[in-house]
Amino acid sequence: MNPLVLWFHKLGSPPYFYRLAGRFQPWLYALALITGAVGLYGGLFIAPADYQQGDSFRMIYVHVPCAWMSLFVYVFMAANAFVALVWRIKLSETLAMASAPIGAAFTFITLVTGSLWGKPMWGTWWTWDARLTSELVLLFLYLGVIGLYHAIEDTRQAARAAAFLALIGVVNLPIVHYSVVWWNTLHQAQTVSLMGQSKISSSMLWPLLTMAFATHVYFFASLLARSRAALLALESGKDWVREIALRESAQEARAHG
Amino acid sequence: MKPGTTSAACAALLRRDLALIWRRRGDALNPLLFAVIVVALFPFALGPEAQVLERIAAGTIFVAVLLASLLSLDNLFRSDLDDGSLEQLVLSPHPLSLLLACKIAVHWLTTALPLIAIAPLLSVFLHLPDTVLPVLLGTLALATPLLSLIGAICVALTAGMRRSGMLLTLIVLPLIVPVLIFGAGACNAAQAGLPYGAPLLWLGAWLTLALVLAPLATAAALKISLT
Amino acid sequence: MPAIDLVDTPPLLAAHCLAYARNEEPIFGPLDFSLAAGEVVLIEGDNGSGKTTLLKVLSGLLEPTSGEVLLNGVHLTLAKLSHQVALLGHLAGIKMELSTLQNLRFAVGLGGIRPGITPPLALASVGLAGYEDQPVRLLSAGQKKRVALARLLLVPAALWLLDEPYANLDREGIELVNRLLTTHAQRGGAALITSHGAYAYTSGTPRKIALNPGTGNRESAIGPKSTPTKDASA
Repeated sequence: MNPLVLWFHKLGSPPYFYRLAGRFQPWLYALALITGAVGLYGGLFIAPADYQQGDSFRMIYVHVPCAWMSLFVYVFMAANAFVALVWRIKLSETLAMASAPIGAAFTFITLVTGSLWGKPMWGTWWTWDARLTSELVLLFLYLGVIGLYHAIEDTRQAARAAAFLALIGVVNLPIVHYSVVWWNTLHQAQTVSLMGQSKISSSMLWPLLTMAFATHVYFFASLLARSRAALLALESGKDWVREIALRESAQEARAHG
Repeated sequence: MKPGTTSAACAALLRRDLALIWRRRGDALNPLLFAVIVVALFPFALGPEAQVLERIAAGTIFVAVLLASLLSLDNLFRSDLDDGSLEQLVLSPHPLSLLLACKIAVHWLTTALPLIAIAPLLSVFLHLPDTVLPVLLGTLALATPLLSLIGAICVALTAGMRRSGMLLTLIVLPLIVPVLIFGAGACNAAQAGLPYGAPLLWLGAWLTLALVLAPLATAAALKISLT
Repeated sequence: MPAIDLVDTPPLLAAHCLAYARNEEPIFGPLDFSLAAGEVVLIEGDNGSGKTTLLKVLSGLLEPTSGEVLLNGVHLTLAKLSHQVALLGHLAGIKMELSTLQNLRFAVGLGGIRPGITPPLALASVGLAGYEDQPVRLLSAGQKKRVALARLLLVPAALWLLDEPYANLDREGIELVNRLLTTHAQRGGAALITSHGAYAYTSGTPRKIALNPGTGNRESAIGPKSTPTKDASA
């Protein structure tokens, strides 16, 4: 292959990703919106009320998908962090750092909905339930990664340092979870399994799975949007970014003039 | 023209860091005073009833020791970074992880070991039962090296920054939640007359893992911070 | 076949297409140059032209963005590279609280020692005899620099990378640096020195590498009739 082509290929991957992501992004957002609406409608209106928990069980349709996502996003972030550290791929750094705030948001929603759910179920806004405590530590881990990323001036060095921290968190997370479970049993706190022991009926299950799908799609849509913005900032000196900026400002001028 | 041996390098580093701390031995007392004051604050806040204090004694001492060694962690690489010694360490022909392990060992010897030594005094303050004291000392002996090792990785990650105090705390604390749970948990179990062997073994296993991996991770993190 | 041996002897240090960029912004390079045993080469350039960065790359502290560094003809990874190289940066790596001798003993422990020299001897040869037990923080800026120079004399590195070695030194100190460099070169060592040209290495024929942003950093033999290799020492 022509070395110039090779060089362009290597260097050209951020603009390529930018264009590709730009094409997918609106479709993903639309899909997330539609499946989210269907899932929520199914969960809040179609699914029957739980015979024990009544209508308050409907919190499950937000709480559980977000809890799944909080872990999924962390694994996604850590996988990208690993690729970024080993092969030094700029796109992976960007993806890892772009997913951290989304994951933190999912974790935060999990905690808030868990607390809201806890009020009718346990009669208190917060219990040191093993799962909720693990989620809290997970939120701190996310915040640490985000904080480290923003505290270091050099963007790429910051991404590498934060990626390293994310990987340490992966090693740590199972230990945290195990220790929290052990701690919980030691203190004999009430452990209410949110999912319930009994099998969930299919009329309750399908909205949950739809919501899980919707949150995944939303994550990828949001990830694409965030990483596109991050790539523009990271590559602001590059020609392809200048071209985009020129095109945008020309369009704006046309719209106003 | 042959470079010196790695053991000579480690010995030189240990000797130099200990000499430096001896020169600034007043500063080395700060974590101790900090821990004593934190523990002394609890009776003021909760009242002097022995039963209440006895109940929270082990956990409070653990948190105080943890915070004290966390505060001193920030200085682990600070002066070496400021005067260029850290560059010389990185450039030396010896494995960086081994040299850093020496620095971590010095940190443990000069901050954690004195903290363990005054733990009996702290436990008297809080009416910890005498039977639990050996368990407390044992768990501290296993938990404090873990704090130094895990903390060192985080300090290395923040080494490039001018001021890292709060951020360092934010990064380290979630990582050492299990240390606190197992450490204080073992003491609480002993106090309640329950078996406490399992958490101690967990701490030991984790310490073994950290002893091997943490210096390597610290070296890798430091290289990220220095470029 | 000594003649062929001489021809085949690789230079002590060779850089091919060496470039460093921070966040895609080129700091220096691409650079091509080589340094034979017995040579002292001056890196000239304005502030911000990447002199310090170049030394950090050559010492192995930073990894080059592209290109390679050969030491004695072998492509050396960071770890192997560093023990033949001594770097004297802006920060000397000296502990203010410790005495001069303690500092040098530590340097020897860390980097090994050249045969035939001891820390007190090294202190004497930089004009600090009698200051052995003095804490470094009580010394003047120039004297601190001399302690750092004494470290170079002790460690067994063939290649010295000196970042602004003349800064903070009086006339006598500048002559000391030049004398140390000459001795080092005569023993078969080599040195790369940065300076913005205020004080130059005077003895011998110093070759110069010009680093200036924008103009394409190429090696330029400004020094009189200095062919790249082999005429300085042999």
